[in-house]
Amino acid sequence: MNYLVEVKNLKKNYSSKEAVKGISFNIKENEILGLLGPNGCGKTTTIGMLLGLLKPSAGVIKIDNMDFEKNRIEILSKINFISPYIELPKKLTVKQNLIVYGKLYNIKNLQQQIQYLTEKLRLEELLNRITGELSSGQKNRASLAKALINKPKVLFLDEPTASLDPEVGDFIRSFLETYKEENKISILLASHNMNEVNRLCKSVLMMKNGQIIDEGSPKSLINKHGHKNLEEVFLKLSRSENEFN
Amino acid sequence: MNLIRIYGLFLRHFYLITRSFPRILDLIYWPTIQITLWGFISNFFATYSTYYNNAVGIILTCAILYDFLFRTSIGFNMLFLEEIWSRNFTNLFISPMKISEIITSLIITALIRALIGLIPAILLTSPLFGISILNLGISLFFLFLSLYVFGITLGILVSAGLLRFGPSFENIAWSTMFLIAPFGCIYYPIDILPDIFQKIAYAMPLVYVFEEARSILIYQTVNVENIYYAFILNMIYLGIAISLFYYSFNQARKKGTLINIGE
Repeated sequence: MNYLVEVKNLKKNYSSKEAVKGISFNIKENEILGLLGPNGCGKTTTIGMLLGLLKPSAGVIKIDNMDFEKNRIEILSKINFISPYIELPKKLTVKQNLIVYGKLYNIKNLQQQIQYLTEKLRLEELLNRITGELSSGQKNRASLAKALINKPKVLFLDEPTASLDPEVGDFIRSFLETYKEENKISILLASHNMNEVNRLCKSVLMMKNGQIIDEGSPKSLINKHGHKNLEEVFLKLSRSENEFN
Repeated sequence: MNLIRIYGLFLRHFYLITRSFPRILDLIYWPTIQITLWGFISNFFATYSTYYNNAVGIILTCAILYDFLFRTSIGFNMLFLEEIWSRNFTNLFISPMKISEIITSLIITALIRALIGLIPAILLTSPLFGISILNLGISLFFLFLSLYVFGITLGILVSAGLLRFGPSFENIAWSTMFLIAPFGCIYYPIDILPDIFQKIAYAMPLVYVFEEARSILIYQTVNVENIYYAFILNMIYLGIAISLFYYSFNQARKKGTLINIGE
């Protein structure tokens, strides 16, 4: 099996607190894996370690068959990230931001790549506008263009459609589905939008208290727990007191 | 090191500065005000003080040199803080930039920022006060170089603190220069300081730079030893600062500060 992301027994401790308690999972090529769990369950910490912002206390992360800690810079050139909680420099135009990040990722044929993303993400009218003056949906598309500027093999998405109106949210989801198919990339999607997860992800990890408490396809999880939809499964697992501690 | 990535980060700040007239004005405004003020003070002392009697412009020259140090150091910190304020920190640290590339890019950008502010102010000194900093001759280059290296050393040290402790370290960023100034002997000779302070002052490159400036302007004597000591001390402090920056980055990755700063 060709895994682009391999995580084995990953742990993160902050002094006395164990934020992530030895989780293991893989993401295949051309797969979107959902990462679900209540606030404070360790999702952000896990993504932080996968992005190299956090050093794991134990365990191994391999991306594209390379150990992250030993090949941090090379791996960072092959991955990217989007989250509504981080922003592109507000005072620069969208085009300037894409140029800057294109340079930071040392992209060859940068103009072509910007042109490609501009067309795909409908950025034509936004390119010369100041990023800080865009609406949430427009900023989101600009951030997505930045996240794809380096043609990443692995994309990490943290609530990519949070606070977007349904039309823009649907556009982003459709775009991600198509882009993944065309480019055979792997995506890790952390989201609280269960419909989004249901639509995009073939498999899902449920996290709680720093552990993976269940995993499987959305359909198999719904059947296993005897609920009508993924949201009910999420609520059941989130509310189960210490069941998995 | 990859020059394109270094250029990319430079470009980010270049776009930021050149897009905004108030930012350019802000860069020029303070050095000009500072130097104009010290120009009048310098004229006053040159007229009424025996020490400065035959050396019009010593204070002004030292003010210009100090301002260059101040602008370089603050400039480096500002560039780093800019990433925190704009919530772009995470984007920067998940890009494949090496720490050495980030430091190099900020060092170059800080120099350009300092020069944008200082060159107009220096040009003003000649018609306004009849003083040219070029009177320091070839030594001027070495004095500026020393101050530049020490300025970015302080900038790197403060940025290391920001990395390690997060935005709460921001206030330190603004106060570093004021803490060091009394020991730098910018406007007075080192003999003025009490013995214990003199020992501290001699451990910093600043005192050698400003003693050298006074030596040239008052006695027309170039003391190469001063420049040499300043250079050696600068190299030691720069090495310590860069090592601390790497250490802080690794600690921030362990303690999670990079995530907290970024959001």
